[in-house]
Amino acid sequence: MKIHEYQAKSILKKYNIPIQDGYTLNNIQDAKETILKVKNDFSTDDFVVKAQIHAGGRGKGGGVKYSPDFDTAYENAKNILGMNLVTPQTGERGKLVNTIYITEAFNIKKEYYVAITLDRERKKDVFMVSTEGGVNIEEVAKNTPEKITKIWIEPLENLSNEDAEKLADSLKFDKELKNQSKEIFINLYKCYKEMDCTILEVNPLIKSDNDKIIALDAKLNFDSNALFRHEDILSMRDLSEEDSMEIEANKFNLNYIKLDGNVGCMVNGAGLAMATMDIIKLTGGEPANFLDVGGAANADTIKNGFKIILKDKNVKAVLINIFGGIVRCDRVANGVVEAVNELGLKVPVVVRLEGTNAIKAKDILSKSNVKIIPANDLKDAAKKVVKEVIK
Amino acid sequence: MSILINKNSKIIVQGITGSEGSFHTEQMIDYGTNIVAGVTPGKGGQIVFDNIPVFDTVKEAKNATDANASIIFVPPRFAANAIIESANEKINTIVCISEGIPVRDMIKAKEIIDKNKLNLVGPNCPGIITVDECKLGIMPGFIAKKGSVGVISKSGTLTYEAIDQLVKNNLGQTTALGIGGDPIIGTDMKKALKLFEDDKETKGIVLIGEIGGTMEIEAALWAKDNSTKPIVGFIAGQTAPPGRRMGHAGAIISGGDETALAKMKIMSECGIHVCESPSDIGIKMKEII
Repeated sequence: MKIHEYQAKSILKKYNIPIQDGYTLNNIQDAKETILKVKNDFSTDDFVVKAQIHAGGRGKGGGVKYSPDFDTAYENAKNILGMNLVTPQTGERGKLVNTIYITEAFNIKKEYYVAITLDRERKKDVFMVSTEGGVNIEEVAKNTPEKITKIWIEPLENLSNEDAEKLADSLKFDKELKNQSKEIFINLYKCYKEMDCTILEVNPLIKSDNDKIIALDAKLNFDSNALFRHEDILSMRDLSEEDSMEIEANKFNLNYIKLDGNVGCMVNGAGLAMATMDIIKLTGGEPANFLDVGGAANADTIKNGFKIILKDKNVKAVLINIFGGIVRCDRVANGVVEAVNELGLKVPVVVRLEGTNAIKAKDILSKSNVKIIPANDLKDAAKKVVKEVIK
Repeated sequence: MSILINKNSKIIVQGITGSEGSFHTEQMIDYGTNIVAGVTPGKGGQIVFDNIPVFDTVKEAKNATDANASIIFVPPRFAANAIIESANEKINTIVCISEGIPVRDMIKAKEIIDKNKLNLVGPNCPGIITVDECKLGIMPGFIAKKGSVGVISKSGTLTYEAIDQLVKNNLGQTTALGIGGDPIIGTDMKKALKLFEDDKETKGIVLIGEIGGTMEIEAALWAKDNSTKPIVGFIAGQTAPPGRRMGHAGAIISGGDETALAKMKIMSECGIHVCESPSDIGIKMKEII
């Protein structure tokens, strides 16, 4: 799960990480009051106005503006709030800015990069720092990997004092900065671990003109499997950042991701669902979605799956591919018949059922009056559905 | 011969009285699996399925039955502790079916498994089936046929698909192993390949991966220098968009090496027979074995 910068910073603050602080607003009528409050509470005369969306590269799209005085801050707030922000990470459609964050501004002497994530290969968390902050770290990793220092943390331990010192040394900090940053690094890891983060990134972490280390930005992603023990994080979820169809699918325990093609697919199991998308593409079609109906698919799941797929107006044909293990194909077949009878059949539906009770299922489908196109195997199913779309 | 489990394995079911646990226990018994005990805290003393005793702890179950394998069907928030409980009793092969375990919990469980040099399969996996001998998982047993191909896969239903294609091409299996699609899993592809390499009955291996992580690449690099058996590979997710989690917690492309195409290329370079289409897995194995 993702959260906004201002939410991430509120968490870092609890872990005693010095942050660039401020207040948010989502109605321009509150702008003057908010700017004034930032001015007074953080004793600052200049400001930064920052769009709050769940995508990086906000500065590049014009969603982050330094504002040297009150009036400029107000102008920038007016321009950014409600804008459609297009960044390298939002895609062409961009994202509507519903909330802006007005913060204090600092004179920056140097920018650094700090991140913690799981190294899946080593099965340990990795703490990364670099002197090349503020820029796209993937470029740094590709072109000058030696500029990124990595420390791996033993599974049952915390970031040690010695390791924190090594990280600080790699950033060429003097004694005073080292003391500041050591504590920050140890607390960042504590936060990452206690809050079940999958990514903690501060880019940039800065050295200000009065030699203070401050987190200027913050990105926290959380392990959705661990949210049961973090109700506070769950309450930070911003549904306006998510696809409404995906949210609806979630309500029915369906795993749906919208894509750009026109062949809708409904499959049991994530791996088979991806493989089904792949074979559609290889056969000359384009998948409209990823949809995993899970291990407990029944008539209702199938019906709900149909509803969600058919809401996508691009869908010209549907492929149902179920390999029944625990899932019984006869129940799936009944679900297909019910769904088609209830919803009406607006597009051709190709059905491939294999595994537990598959023969019974074929019988149910052939005896019903619904017009579905039966398929014998995966290849046959892909061919038939693509043919329907092309015709 | 087979890997990890066989007809002599003595098995404990953790979470045997839950709805998932009891359903699959019955299925496993029907397959001929030697289930010797169940564990559910607070339900010790019960007898289920005519003659299977239930204990409060793995320790008691092991002491009473000398079990050497366990399978876990407990809710995700307790599942990592269930793994650790079995690991502390030195249960040699532990299969965890539970889906949705926090990564932080799995890092801890994995560390304890590795320190004790035990075998963990999963979590979030369909389990293991050694054909006609023992089923430690939720796979539909009837689709598999005894033979000489080993199957390794991150995905459940895609494993069934591969088994089905092999059977339709008159190729049976030794053992099929669903390793799971989470970021932290007990038995990775490299370890599974090694196990099949050492199994005399296994003559060929099907290796099914997906986007996310670099496990397939490590396995391929190991196979290049060490494997004497033909390997057919497939990677699901050629059409998956980057940055989106495709169902499995681990199936997300976060770097260049984690895409399907990058993995397929390296696997091919390492001598693995990579199928572009998931419908070619069976026929490809038929061609080369």
